[in-house]
Amino acid sequence: MVPLNWYLALSIVIFSVGVIGFLTRRNILIMLMSVELMLNGVNISLVAFSHYLQDLRGQVLTVFIITVAAAEAAIGLAILVSIFRNKSTVHTDSLTEMKG
Amino acid sequence: MIPKLFFAYFAVVLTALSIVIITRRNPVHSVVWMLVMFFHIAGLYLFLNAEFLAAVQVIVYAGAILVLFLFVIMLLNVKEELTAKRFSELWPAGAMLGVLFGVIVLFSLPSFKQGPAGQYGIEALKAVTPTRALGTVLYSEFLFPFEIASLILLIAIVGAMVLAKKV
Repeated sequence: MVPLNWYLALSIVIFSVGVIGFLTRRNILIMLMSVELMLNGVNISLVAFSHYLQDLRGQVLTVFIITVAAAEAAIGLAILVSIFRNKSTVHTDSLTEMKG
Repeated sequence: MIPKLFFAYFAVVLTALSIVIITRRNPVHSVVWMLVMFFHIAGLYLFLNAEFLAAVQVIVYAGAILVLFLFVIMLLNVKEELTAKRFSELWPAGAMLGVLFGVIVLFSLPSFKQGPAGQYGIEALKAVTPTRALGTVLYSEFLFPFEIASLILLIAIVGAMVLAKKV
């Protein structure tokens, strides 16, 4: 039997890699993919909890997270497309309208 | 022993793939590696007796979300991406924050105490199949959040169309 803490450690590692990717990359597309990585890390921990606590609520929450991830990807990519159409760039450091 | 080896394989591959995903120069490569990663996560779900979620992971994530990413990459300029800088100028600060976060949460892990077990053990799940048990919980206890999820999807459809439309 694999201990529950191993799953939690794996999910923390995947979430942290997602955080690092979100904070370091310039490309908005890769930043959105990093958000998906973070959500998947959380999903792993929820499904592991659901299995080890013998309760299905974790799996139901994972279904909701997948729903929200799909909505978030659709809206994020739509924003990305409209940014690219107006500015012809997808790099965060080229978008400086709000800079004082 | 064998379950631990199985988990070790998945842990090593998932960690390596997630690092590969955030460091590729070409976004198409990132998406393809992400596809491999989602299949591995689906395998991990099967290992945790969550077969419905494994199917949903493959259908929704690999089938829908990644295809959406690929379509958007087709609209962007990949050639320029191949020569541009990958990381922002302040990347050491961002990487340090991420590593710090991970280390802090990892060190708080041993203080976790497992709560009392619920009613859906292996035997109870075998009596009613796991997908049926999941549906029972989803449509009784979580009925209101389920309705909210449908509203979120509706807003996402309308919002994506409004945002991506040519004005």
